[in-house]
Amino acid sequence: MNYTLRIWRQENAEAKGSMVTYKVSGISPDSSFFEMLDILNQQLIEGGQEPVSFDHDCREGICGTCSLYINGRPHGPVKGVTTCQLHMRSFKDGDTITIEPWRAKAFPVIRDLIVDRSALDRIIQAGGYVSINTGGVPDANSIPVPKEQSDDAFDAAACIGCGACVAACANAAAMLFIGAKVSHLALLPQGEIEAEHRVMKMVECMDGLGFGGCSNTYACEAECPKGISVTNIAILNRGFLTASLMKQKEKPSKGDSL
Amino acid sequence: MPLNSSIARKSLMALAGLFLAVFLPVHLGVNLLLLAQDGGRSFSVAAEFMATNPLIRIAEPVLFLGFLLHILYGLMVSGANRAARPVGYQRPNSSDTSLLSKYMFHTGLVVLVFLALHLADFWMLKVGLVAPPEGIDRHDFYSRALILFQSPWYSSFYIASFLFLGFHLNHAIQSAFQTLGVNHSRYTPLLKIAGSVYAVIMTAGFSLIPLRLAFFP
Ligand code: HEM
Ligand code: SF4
Ligand code: FES
Repeated sequence: MNYTLRIWRQENAEAKGSMVTYKVSGISPDSSFFEMLDILNQQLIEGGQEPVSFDHDCREGICGTCSLYINGRPHGPVKGVTTCQLHMRSFKDGDTITIEPWRAKAFPVIRDLIVDRSALDRIIQAGGYVSINTGGVPDANSIPVPKEQSDDAFDAAACIGCGACVAACANAAAMLFIGAKVSHLALLPQGEIEAEHRVMKMVECMDGLGFGGCSNTYACEAECPKGISVTNIAILNRGFLTASLMKQKEKPSKGDSL
Repeated sequence: MPLNSSIARKSLMALAGLFLAVFLPVHLGVNLLLLAQDGGRSFSVAAEFMATNPLIRIAEPVLFLGFLLHILYGLMVSGANRAARPVGYQRPNSSDTSLLSKYMFHTGLVVLVFLALHLADFWMLKVGLVAPPEGIDRHDFYSRALILFQSPWYSSFYIASFLFLGFHLNHAIQSAFQTLGVNHSRYTPLLKIAGSVYAVIMTAGFSLIPLRLAFFP
């Protein structure tokens, strides 16, 4: 099969980029999207040109490294998959395929199709963890977790941090990502203890990084490769509002006077 | 409460919006009395009640504040959301989403223009800034409404405004609950239907009056 590719090329973070058109031919419908890009890059290298830079790692839909905004949709036209799981049979012979980087103030372009998604890591650092003292492994059944809660927490924990929700959102909001992290931890007894502190810290961090807010458009849910539900955004909102309203006055720390 | 956080701003906006949404049916109820064939008697009784009842007198400034809050936060939230993507996409987004939710600012703006004209018409009349037209001795809300609705232009604009308000409301009601953290696998689907039904009733109800008076007298 033959395709015309319109790809965003940008030499580095400071350079002004532009769309460049390429042609690839003789592509098997069963090749993956990345194999097609690998063929393009081989072609470019042989012609003495710079290959197109794009993010990828596991190529099996579990690491969250791959990105690409393909024909107006993050991870391309197929629902519930990452770009590395996309195959050329999802396009028609002769199609023009437009490939762009994720666009958000919080995700600056580093080169071509690669953006800096460390903003998501900073949100995790702000509160997306459970503080534990390491020690012996606890008994498996020493902390009972209701089955439904464990299922919901597991569904939320499926988020791979790819950032497609931000890329799809009209406001470049990271609410689905944070919603997933907040409810995944808050639904489990180990994480519930720090739930209020966590949600306040993560939202504060998110706002400071230049992400937009939620307009409940739900493009995030439609594009999330892991099917994370916007119910998690309601859990995030609820958690943030109650934590903000119910926060107790700070007590003077007794330890300080010693 | 970190009032400046994106979630707090949006929640205040949602609360103000829901408050406005409660006031709309009250307003509609009074307006529908315009259709009563009694020379404006029942409409004037209702208008008199609205103008003198102490509870309504307290509610009016609160309503005004509600509008102010909703509009100011609407501008602020929309501005911040736009700034979050300084470089846009070449291919516009084609994700499978609700269309109206992307145009809340635009539909809100149409409502705002209507609101400005509406206030100019009726508030100025209330404080006596507009003189009654030739040949009209009784210049109150009732006669003013009848004069305005005689014009097909004004009536068309009125209906168009309420169509946009309907678009706004269709997304707004369920959205406000989600913003405030209310999402339930059993009740949210019902709430979405109720929000749409509410939006249709508001648009149809308000449009009924000019339709009857201007186009099918
Ligand atoms: C009677 C009039 C109005 C009612 C009942 C109303 C109600 C609402 C409600 C309930 C919401 C949902 C809030 C949420 O998503 O959490 C909303 C959203 C919104 N309203 Fe209004 N509204 C009215 C007029 C206006 C006006 C005059 C503007 C002027 C700009 C406006 C701008 C907006 C915007 C921009 C949003 C969406 C914000 C976002 O999610 O990004 N609205 N409205
Ligand atoms: S919520 Fe979905 S789209 Fe967003 S980062 Fe997680 S996996 Fe990716
Ligand atoms: S490369 Fe790992 S998810 Fe796509």
